[in-house]
Amino acid sequence: MSDAVSALQGKVAPGEVTIREAGLRGMIILRGDLSDKKLRKVCTSLTGAKMPDQGKAHCEGDKGLCWMSPDEVLVLVPYSQAVDALAKIDAALGGTHYLAENVSDARAVIFVEGTFAREVIAKLAPADLHPDSFKPGDFRRTRLGQVAAAFWMRDADTFEVICFRSVAGYAFDLLVASAKAGAVGHFS
Amino acid sequence: MLILHCPCCGVDADETDLHAGGQAHLKREGPGSTDDDFEDYLFMRENPKGVHFERWRHAYGCGKWFLAARCTNTLEVFGTYPAQTLEPPQDIKDKITAKRPGWSWGNVQ
Repeated sequence: MSDAVSALQGKVAPGEVTIREAGLRGMIILRGDLSDKKLRKVCTSLTGAKMPDQGKAHCEGDKGLCWMSPDEVLVLVPYSQAVDALAKIDAALGGTHYLAENVSDARAVIFVEGTFAREVIAKLAPADLHPDSFKPGDFRRTRLGQVAAAFWMRDADTFEVICFRSVAGYAFDLLVASAKAGAVGHFS
Repeated sequence: MLILHCPCCGVDADETDLHAGGQAHLKREGPGSTDDDFEDYLFMRENPKGVHFERWRHAYGCGKWFLAARCTNTLEVFGTYPAQTLEPPQDIKDKITAKRPGWSWGNVQ
């Protein structure tokens, strides 16, 4: 089997706000009834995270759960565990109405880290990123510039962005340009 | 800029996050319907200057469809509600009546 590589192979653009591609990450899209006990149990056992409420993400390190829509959750696991994790989901939910797919190689994850990371994102997305309305743990699917993306706040200075692999280069360059242009001071 | 509250995922999405889906509350006419009814369903649409009901899809967000009541003249949004309804809910109609007394839209008033 060939060696898997991430979209930008860990590219880093250092600066006051550093843009860094996260490298290989395991991601599973799981659609189904999010209130189903079996589904919640298998998600938690794979990630150690509680099922997030609407618009939230529970992430710790490489693992986590992100609320994508009323019937969809994104399961984050280390890349090497994605295939096993998918098999466990299939085993746990067999016979019920659900759909799970390993999308690890179809996506890219980019970290935005630094003091004005919030503004770097706010300049690019039509989302309300005021500190009072978007806080650590909040998750939002929207667009960055011209491409679909999702992001959530890990902590006050760190955002994690997910986009399609095919547009990872565009998203990365966009974030770098936004960071390079500096802080606007809109939220301070 | 039009900003609609998505009732499915609870975010206030602006129109670049959304995809317009045309008039809401269409009654589908299929096999067995008269030619006139079918023609109405295919081609005839409300085109008001004022209160309008539309379908929208939160395309860049949760991907779900929902319905919105808004004014095409002022872009004022009266409310959004789930797509699984056959006619505008009473609370939305009450809100419109409070702001646009005597309004009507097709057979709805």
